[in-house]
Amino acid sequence: MKPFSKIISIITPFDKANVDTDQIIPKQFLKLITKSGFGKFLFYDWRFNHDGQKKTDFILNDSYYQDSQILVTNENFGCGSSREHAVWALKDFGFDVIISPSFADIFYSNCFKNGVLPIILDIQNIKKLLQFKDKVELDLHSQTIIFGSESITFEIDLHRKIRLLEGLDDIDLTLKEDDKIGIFEKNSSRISIFE
Amino acid sequence: MTETLFEKIWNSHVVVERENEPSLIYIDRHLIHEVTSPQAFDGLRVNNRKVRRPDLTVATIDHNVPTTDRSLPMIDETSSTQIKTLEQNCQDFGIKLFGINDPNQGIVHVIGPQLGITLPGSTIVCGDSHTSTQGAFGAFAFGIGTSEVEHTLATQTLWLEKPKTFEIIATGKRKNSFAVTSKDIILSIIKQIGTDGGTGHVLEYHGDAISDLSMEQRMTICNMSIEAGSRAGLIAPDEKTFDYLNNRKFTPKNYDELVDDWKNNLMSDANSKFDKSFTIDVEKIEPQVSWGTNPAMVSDVTSKVPTPEEFGHNNEIQIESAKKALSYMDLKPDTAIVDIPIDRVFIGSCTNARLEDLKDAAEIVKGKTVNSAVSAMVVPGSQMVKLQAEELGLDKIFKDANFEWRESGCSMCLGMNPDILKPGERCASTSNRNFEGRQGSGGRTHLVSPVMAAASAIAGHFVDVREWC
Ligand code: SF4
Repeated sequence: MKPFSKIISIITPFDKANVDTDQIIPKQFLKLITKSGFGKFLFYDWRFNHDGQKKTDFILNDSYYQDSQILVTNENFGCGSSREHAVWALKDFGFDVIISPSFADIFYSNCFKNGVLPIILDIQNIKKLLQFKDKVELDLHSQTIIFGSESITFEIDLHRKIRLLEGLDDIDLTLKEDDKIGIFEKNSSRISIFE
Repeated sequence: MTETLFEKIWNSHVVVERENEPSLIYIDRHLIHEVTSPQAFDGLRVNNRKVRRPDLTVATIDHNVPTTDRSLPMIDETSSTQIKTLEQNCQDFGIKLFGINDPNQGIVHVIGPQLGITLPGSTIVCGDSHTSTQGAFGAFAFGIGTSEVEHTLATQTLWLEKPKTFEIIATGKRKNSFAVTSKDIILSIIKQIGTDGGTGHVLEYHGDAISDLSMEQRMTICNMSIEAGSRAGLIAPDEKTFDYLNNRKFTPKNYDELVDDWKNNLMSDANSKFDKSFTIDVEKIEPQVSWGTNPAMVSDVTSKVPTPEEFGHNNEIQIESAKKALSYMDLKPDTAIVDIPIDRVFIGSCTNARLEDLKDAAEIVKGKTVNSAVSAMVVPGSQMVKLQAEELGLDKIFKDANFEWRESGCSMCLGMNPDILKPGERCASTSNRNFEGRQGSGGRTHLVSPVMAAASAIAGHFVDVREWC
């Protein structure tokens, strides 16, 4: 994974609660064979009409937000089925940060597995961010979001923070034990299937 | 200190161990299929990683292969993409694939043992929960998700919390060992310990009634362990195990040496401690039929569909779920099980589509005809099973009786290929899951053994197969 760096971006205000993973990525798109490529199906039923035309009144179809990397939304984001595809779709669409008053558990941990930063903020700050139109500056290192003349700090588990900053995924961490795996294989040679 | 079989296998596979943290466990065998692997390979590619041990990895195609003529173009384009992707991935990463036209193709949990890939005392994973099947050989075998498939490909290890141990002691002798099968034993166990009885535990089965079973029957038991909530089932290897694996295609060269070692080591020590224990007397077991929408909703064939209260006792949640199940299954309480008519029969799946299963079912079917109201099919668990069955003339027996005889695959066990139930259709199935919509949206599944399925196909409703043999 790429190390997580400072983000300067406008916010996509998405003032909805209880957004479930079936809305984030509907189940007819689960048969894809890559982690990438799910972005075009993100919020499919909200973004497109039955004839496949873009709905002009849906915020993600507004070109102003095209390069936004930050989604600000309302409580219980990512509830429902545990599919990892939901995070793949958000990431592929371009979101590196999701800010919400609360997240569903599995969705929250799936974010970290895929290099997406989920931030929990209180409702007051969410309201302020939903209104803010200019670019904000988000720094994971100092755990701050600077918007206009204001600045907020956010909480995050230290281990998870380090992993994002260093761009380490589960496999990278295991590969730090590579020598131990090698020693294990040497000491008790495994029986190859095709000797 | 005494150790259980599971603890011995675990301890011999620990690569890294730290207090209060999961342990890094080495994986000896990684089996792959087309549905849960594509994103894992994609992840490797994006990060420029290799497969650490292609020599411990093997792939096949089973979940969405057509079971009809394989030369026809595939009906479902996404399925065909998944299949082509696996072919490409195996080629790119140097993994041996038993592809769609390979004589060794079959349901992943059927071919592992059949090819001698499964070994006692080993750790085995696959991106599919019924990997537990291979625990019948005294291996720690369990299902994993897509992220873990990628992790195993890259590192040949997994971080795991150590599960607890649960011994299931099966005593006594089955009254009619042809009509009362290992499927009936495991369904009875799940009926009693519940679908979450084994959660967090590895089940180890032992006792006279287990030693008495053939390897194929033992696989049925371990296969369904996960329907009791546990991730793996385990049976200590014995002479039957060693005979079964001898002279298979991939049986290791130094097999005799290995067997000597396994004989001395692969068993729970006398007086070893399990976290939980349950005893069942198989003498009392009758053929079983599920009536609801989870594998604990099961009745004796001579009894009736229970009322929700009889099923749930005083547990409100259970009573509610039984009500929902009866309504989905369109069944009234107090209906005799043998009065339930059926539309379809499916003999197949990694639970019950090995050679013995087909032989036993054919024994019942021989010289009879499927009831005119029923459509019935046999889907062998692997191409090798199919071939062996054909050599014995079983295909002819089934076809003469109006069963369809198919190519191997998962088929109607989960309905990812065109083999599905229509809404409202009622099916006697030898598979392992009777969840809502499992075999097709609105379809109604009754789990039974192969001989029960065969007899019911002939009768057009459930019957007590003990009266037939
Ligand atoms: S036969 Fe059914 S349970 Fe077995 S692997 Fe295939 S889909 Fe899974």
